[in-house]
Amino acid sequence: MDWQALALSVKLSFVTLLFLLPIGILLGRWLAYRQFWGKSLLQTLLALPLVLPPTVLGYYLLVAFSPNQGLGLWLVNTFGTTLIFNFQGLVFASIIFNLPFAIHPMQRAFAAIPREIREAAACCGMRPSLVLWKIELPLAWPGIVSAMVMCFAHTLGEFGIVLMVGGNIPFETQTIAIAIYDRVQSFDDHAAAVMSFSLLLFSMLTISFTYWLSARSERTHD
Amino acid sequence: MKFSVSTKRLAVRYLLLLFFTPILSAAEIPVIAAASNLKFALEEITTAFHQETRKSLRISYSSSGNLTRQIQQGGPFELFLSANAHYVEQLYQQHKTLDRGQVFALGRLALLTPIDSSLKLDVQLNGLKQALQSRQLQRIAIANPKHAPFGIAAREALQKQQLWHAILPHLILGENVAQATQFASSGAAQVGLVSYSLALAPALKNRVRYLLIPSSLHQPLQQTAVLLNNAGDTANLFFHYLQQEKARGILARHGYTLP
Repeated sequence: MDWQALALSVKLSFVTLLFLLPIGILLGRWLAYRQFWGKSLLQTLLALPLVLPPTVLGYYLLVAFSPNQGLGLWLVNTFGTTLIFNFQGLVFASIIFNLPFAIHPMQRAFAAIPREIREAAACCGMRPSLVLWKIELPLAWPGIVSAMVMCFAHTLGEFGIVLMVGGNIPFETQTIAIAIYDRVQSFDDHAAAVMSFSLLLFSMLTISFTYWLSARSERTHD
Repeated sequence: MKFSVSTKRLAVRYLLLLFFTPILSAAEIPVIAAASNLKFALEEITTAFHQETRKSLRISYSSSGNLTRQIQQGGPFELFLSANAHYVEQLYQQHKTLDRGQVFALGRLALLTPIDSSLKLDVQLNGLKQALQSRQLQRIAIANPKHAPFGIAAREALQKQQLWHAILPHLILGENVAQATQFASSGAAQVGLVSYSLALAPALKNRVRYLLIPSSLHQPLQQTAVLLNNAGDTANLFFHYLQQEKARGILARHGYTLP
């Protein structure tokens, strides 16, 4: 077991969640309640990572953040670093490819809140931020939690894009999924087996948890 | 469950620490970009280097072509160990390296099969030819010649023995020579034309049969070390260590010819 790689993966997943939680809530809620020009285009763009091959996304990230030109060059000149072959780069990539996994369930959860409840709260003089905090979030939380769990697991398992924009650098971009790949190529079948089985168990737990959560929220809604 | 305020504060602080500090002080350990065929020799050399100097190194393995691309794109490497001189020369022309580097070993090709395979191994590759003609050979693994020097050498050897066109439909390309070796040693492919150093890997002992291929069948596989522009003291030290007696002994034991 490569504990360093596991720790790195868990850290990557948590940092990704830290960004995706507010993004998902704000964007999901906005898409659930508002109609505006260009909404379907925005939704298409946000769903794109679901079907886009990770190599395509990886390729564009490599081009965009290459320190030899354009945006990447500007980042290097301004911040001294760019967003490929380092941990920050993995965080950025994870946020992009997890967007649909964060936003869709949250959007559905917010859309399921009856309009009358929100209007009643507003009529009682509650500020919108208070409505969100006291009314909407308590009702939408199963959707939010399951979105976060899916993002966590998805980040833990992501391979192609991590290998492409991260390389395979120990302690920096060598996540658990990459470590398995690396161990197989080092003919270390035992380590690969242990790590694969751990990820298999974890993935099963994740899926059962989200199923349990959605079954639970259906019961309370009935 | 109730937590006191100070416990909560401590937990928050711990979480913040977890998120924003790099794992270990990894940032200070230099990263070497190394061709996959060097894996097991390099493990031994870095261990010896650590014992003598107390300095650690991180190694990122891939095909030399892939690593060259990562270096061009600003990968954070301080030293590059390429499986041929061509990629180093390319990086030198693009001002990514300090100089033209140093050849520290010559790689060799080997034919490798799972231990229970009935395939005949011979230096003229006649066994391969026969297996092809009798339709016994379905899959042969080599590294991808588009970006892996050992793949290029394997292609040259097969071309020299007039086997390349017949073998094309049976090729499985590994991302790098270690993956090609894994394909062949696991039986996923029946045979591999891979690096001798990996055929000698301790983990493959009693799992494979192999045969050293004459170096006359391919261009020399000049394992070239080159310091990159941001190389620090440790990388410099290791660059020289690689060319000293101890490291040379280890390389020889792993099947490399020494320059």
